[in-house]
Amino acid sequence: MDAAVRPVAPLLVVAGTAFLLLVLDLLPPRGTKRHLGVVALAGVVAALLVTVVLWGREARAFSGMVVLDGFALFFDVVICYAAALVLLLSMDYCGRHGIESGEYYVLVLFSTLGMMLMAHAADLILIFLALELMSLSLYVLAGFFRWRLTGGESAMKYFLLGAFASGFFVYGVALIYGATGSTALERIAAAAGARPPGPLLVVGLGLLLVGFGFKISSVPFHMWAPDVYEGAPTSVAALIATGSKAAGFAALLRVLLSTFKVVQPDWTALLWGVAVLTMTVGNVVAIAQSNVKRMLAYSSVAHVGYVLVGVVAGGALGAGGVLFYLLVYTFTTVGAFGVILLLERGRQEAVNLDDYGGLAESHPVLALVLALFLLSLTGMPPTAGFAGKFYLFGAAVRSGYIWLAVIAVLNSAVAAYYYLRVIVYMYMRDREGVPTGAVPSFAGRLALGIALWGVLQLGVMPAPVLNLAQAAVAPLLR
Amino acid sequence: MSNIVWLIPLFPLLGTLLNALFGRWIDRKAHWVAVPALGCSFLLSCAVFLKVWQGETFTGDLFPWIQAGSFRTSVTALVDPLSAVMLLVVTGVGFLIHVYSVGYMHGDPGYARFFTYLNFFVFSMVMLVLAGNFLVLYVFWEAVGLCSYLLIGFWYTRRSAADAGKKAFIVNRVGDFGFGLGVMYLWVALGTLDYGEVFARIGALSPTTATVIALLLFMGACGKSAQLPLHTWLPDAMEGPTPVSALIHAATMVTAGVYMVARSHALFERSGVALDVVAWVGGITALFAATIALAQTDIKRVLAYSTISQLGYMFAGVGVGAYAAAIFHLVTHAFFKALLFLGAGSVIHAQAGEQDLRKMGGLAPRMMATTVTFLVGAAGLAGLPPFAGFFSKDEILASSYHRGPLALWALLLIGAFLTAVYVFRVVFLAFFGAPRMPKEVAQHVHESPLVMTVPLGVLALLTAVAGAVGIPSAHGMAFARFVSPVFPLPEGVDHGGLSAYALLVLSVVAATAGVLLAWLVYRGRPVRAEAIGRPRNRLHALVLNKYYVDELYDAVFVRPTLRAAGFCARTLDLGVVDGAVNGVGRLVVGWARSMRALQTGYVMNYAMATLAGAVAIVGFLLWR
Repeated sequence: MDAAVRPVAPLLVVAGTAFLLLVLDLLPPRGTKRHLGVVALAGVVAALLVTVVLWGREARAFSGMVVLDGFALFFDVVICYAAALVLLLSMDYCGRHGIESGEYYVLVLFSTLGMMLMAHAADLILIFLALELMSLSLYVLAGFFRWRLTGGESAMKYFLLGAFASGFFVYGVALIYGATGSTALERIAAAAGARPPGPLLVVGLGLLLVGFGFKISSVPFHMWAPDVYEGAPTSVAALIATGSKAAGFAALLRVLLSTFKVVQPDWTALLWGVAVLTMTVGNVVAIAQSNVKRMLAYSSVAHVGYVLVGVVAGGALGAGGVLFYLLVYTFTTVGAFGVILLLERGRQEAVNLDDYGGLAESHPVLALVLALFLLSLTGMPPTAGFAGKFYLFGAAVRSGYIWLAVIAVLNSAVAAYYYLRVIVYMYMRDREGVPTGAVPSFAGRLALGIALWGVLQLGVMPAPVLNLAQAAVAPLLR
Repeated sequence: MSNIVWLIPLFPLLGTLLNALFGRWIDRKAHWVAVPALGCSFLLSCAVFLKVWQGETFTGDLFPWIQAGSFRTSVTALVDPLSAVMLLVVTGVGFLIHVYSVGYMHGDPGYARFFTYLNFFVFSMVMLVLAGNFLVLYVFWEAVGLCSYLLIGFWYTRRSAADAGKKAFIVNRVGDFGFGLGVMYLWVALGTLDYGEVFARIGALSPTTATVIALLLFMGACGKSAQLPLHTWLPDAMEGPTPVSALIHAATMVTAGVYMVARSHALFERSGVALDVVAWVGGITALFAATIALAQTDIKRVLAYSTISQLGYMFAGVGVGAYAAAIFHLVTHAFFKALLFLGAGSVIHAQAGEQDLRKMGGLAPRMMATTVTFLVGAAGLAGLPPFAGFFSKDEILASSYHRGPLALWALLLIGAFLTAVYVFRVVFLAFFGAPRMPKEVAQHVHESPLVMTVPLGVLALLTAVAGAVGIPSAHGMAFARFVSPVFPLPEGVDHGGLSAYALLVLSVVAATAGVLLAWLVYRGRPVRAEAIGRPRNRLHALVLNKYYVDELYDAVFVRPTLRAAGFCARTLDLGVVDGAVNGVGRLVVGWARSMRALQTGYVMNYAMATLAGAVAIVGFLLWR
C-alpha cells in the first residue's frame, strides 16, 4: 500500500464501495435493490478488516490534514460496526416500507465516510467538510419517508437546525484562524500555547462547541433529536444515534485534548455543567414519553451526558472510558432500535408503549433480547452498559469530580424507571387489541445477534477492549 | 495440558446451554445431550489425572476478568494433585449419577430441565475445584449453591420442596456472608486473591488476622458442608430428587467446604486456633448427627444425617492436620454415600415413591442387585474391612488420636460405633424381615432397570476396592504420597508400633459391635411398624426431634425476623419510604411534563434555544 494513502485506506474502501454502488444501481436487476445492501455491507466489513490490518500504525498524509493513529482507528471500528449493523437492519426494513433504493445504501456509505473522516481529520476545515458530508447524507436519509408528513418534518428540521449549527461552527473556525493564523490542529495548539489565550480564541472555541453540541445533541442543542428520530426510518435513527454521535465525539475529543489543552480548566468547567444539564434533561423528559422511539431519543441525549462525564474527567481513564462507552453504546442502541424495527402492529411499526404489552408471551426471544439491551442502557451487570458506566464514573471519581459522579449515578437511577417500564410492559402486562407481530428477517436477527454478543462480551470481560481504548487515547494525551 | 483443562467445564456448560435453550424440543432425549457431555468431561479428567500422576501441574488464565484500579483478577485454573482428585470424583460420580437419572427421572415432566440443572451443577463444581483464586472459588461456590437451590425445589409445586429449597438457600446465605467477608478481608490484608500468592505471603499475616479470616471462611464451609450450627438445611434438602441428593448433597457439593479448608490449610495453620475450631466443630457434628440418624424413619433423612456426620469426620481430619486422610475420606465417602443414596432411590422407585422405613421390609428377595450393592455401601459407611470407608475413617481416627486431644478421638470413636448401628438399622428395616407395606404396593415391588443398577454396581465395586490406595505401608499410604505436593507428608509421627494396630482393632470392634447391636434390635425379634419412630422416652424424643434445633432457630431467628420484616413492610415501607419515594416520583413526573412543554415542535423555538445556548457558552468562557 502506498504510504501516502495508507492513512485513509479504510475510508477509500468505503468511498470506493459507494461509487461502485452508484454504478451498480443503474444495472439490472431493477426490481430489487437488496443486492446493493449486500455490496454496501461487504464494503463496510472490508473497511473494518483494513482497520484491523492497520492497527497499531501511525501516519500522516495530505500535508498533515489526515492522521492515522490508534484513536482514529478505534473510532473507525465503532463507526464501521454501527454502519454494518444498520445496513443489516435496513435490508428487510427498507423493502418492507417501500423505501428500498440504491440511493439509500449510497447515502449510508457516504455518511459513514464522513463519520470516519471526522475521526481522521487533523484540520478544522477538514473536520467541517467531513461533518457536512456526514450531515448532508443524514438529512436526506432522515426524510426517506417522503410521503409521510413526519418524514418531511424530520428531514426539514434536521436540515434547518443543522445548517444553523454549522454556521456557528464555521464562524468559530474563522475566529480561531484569526487568533492563531492556522486551521491545522497542531499549529493552533502551538500558537495558543505560545501566549495567553485571547478572547478571539476562546469565543472561537465556544462556537466550535456549539457546532459539536448540535451533532452530539447535548442540551440545549438537543431539541431536534426526538422529532428527527420519530420521523426518520428507524434504521436511520439508529445510525444518527450511534455513528454520528461517535464521530462528533471523535472530533470533539481530538480538538479539546490535543489542541485546546491551554484552556482545559475553562472547557472542563463548561462541560461539567453541560454534562449535568444534558443527562438530567434527557432522563427527566424521557420519563414522560409514550413513544418508544422518542424515548430512545431522549435516552440518547442522556447518554451523551454520561459520555461528557468522561470527557470532563479527562486523562487516559476518562478519555479511554469515553471510547469504550461509545462502543458499548453503539451495540446497545443499535440493538434496541433493531428490535423495535422488527416489530409491527397492524402494518405499522410498533412504537407505542402499549404495543409492547405481553410481548414476552408472544415473542419470548425478542422480548428477552430487548430486555437485555434495555438493561444495558440502564447499566445493570453483567451487561456492557454497567462496565461502561463504571469506568466513566470511576474516572470522574479518580479525577476528583465526586459530585459529577453522584449526579450521574442518580441520573442512572432515574433512567431505570423508563427503561424498566418497557420491560414491565413486555413481561407483566397483558396484550391489548391487535397482536404485535415480529417480522421474519434473517439479516435483522443476525444484526441483533451481533449486537447482543457485543453487549454481553463487553459486559463480562471488559478488560481487553478497555485496554485497547486506553491505548488509543494515549497519542492525544502526550 | 492447558488445552484440555478448559474443555472439562466446557462440555457440561454446552450441555446446559443446549438443554436450556432447546430443551422444549429435545425433551425426552435430554439425556443424549447431558450424559455424553459428562462422559467427555470424565475422560478428559482422567487424562488430566494421568498427567498430574506423572508430576505435571498447571496454572493458567482463561481471561483477565476484572480490572478496577489496583484490583486485578483473572479467571484462573489451578491443576495439582488435589484438584485432579476432586475433578475425577466430581466428573466420575457425576457421570454415574447422570446415567442413573435417565432411569430414575424417566417420565418426569421436567426431564430436560432436570438435566439442564444437573449439567450446570457439574460445570460449576468443576470450576469450583479448578479455581486458582479465591474470587473464582467464591463465584462458583455461589453457583453450586444456586444449583442446589434449584434442584431441591425441583418439584416446586410441592410446598415442602419449595420451602426446603428456600431454607437451604437462606441458611447458606448466613455462611456465605462470612465467606464473602473472609475473601474481602484477605484482599485487604494481602492485596491478592491468587492461591499461590496468598499462600506464599501467608507469613505476612499476623496470627490474629489469619484467625479472623480463617474463621470467616470456615463460616462458609459450615454452611455449605452442613456443620453445626448451620446443618439444618441438609436433611430438608432431601425433598429434591434422589439422584440430586446423591450427587450434590452427599458426594460433591457438600464436600466443597472440606475442599476449601484443605486448600487453604496454610492460612488455617498460620492461625492455629482456627484449626482447633475446625477439628472440634467437625468432631462434635460427627457425633451429634450420628445420634439423630439413629432415630429417623425416613430412609433419605437417615442418610442425610449420616452425610452431616461423615462431613464432620472430614473436618475433624482436616482440623488435626490430616489433610490427605480427610480428602481420602472425601473420595471414599463420595463412592459409598452416592451408592447408598442411589440404592435408597432404587428402593423408593420400586415402591412408587415411599420413603418411610416403617412401610418397607423384606425387599431383599425381590431386589437382589439393590440389596447387595446397598449392603456393600453400608459396610463401607460402617467402616468394616476391607471396604474403602474402613481405611479412610481409620486414618482419620488414628490421626486424631496421635495429633488431637483424646476427647476428640473419643467422640469420633463413639460416632463410628453409632454409624454402624444406624446404617445397619436401615439395612435390616428395609431389606429384611416381613414386608410392612400395603398389599397393592407390595405386588408391584420390582428391581430397577439396568440403567440404574449398573451405576450401583460400579459404585459398589469402587467402594470395595478404593481402599487399596489407602493401605498404610512403610512409606505412608499411596494416596497421601500422591497428594504430597499439596499436603506435605507429616514428619516424625510414628505410625508403626503396637498403638496403631490397637487403634485399628478398636475401630473394627466398634464397627462390628454397632452392626451386632443393630442386628439384635431390629433383626433379633420381629419389628412392628407402629413401634418404630414413636418416642419411648425423653432421650429418644430428643433425638427423634433432632434436638429441637429447628424449633429453636424458628423461635430465635425466624419469627423475630418475620415480625421485624412485617413492621418494615407495613409501617416503615408503606408509610415512610413509599411516601417519600412517591413524592419524589410525582415531583419528577411533574417536572418532566413541564419540560416536555418546552419541546414545542417549532423550528424557530429550537433555533432560539440553540442561539441562547451559544450565547451562554460564549459568555461563560469569556467570563472565566
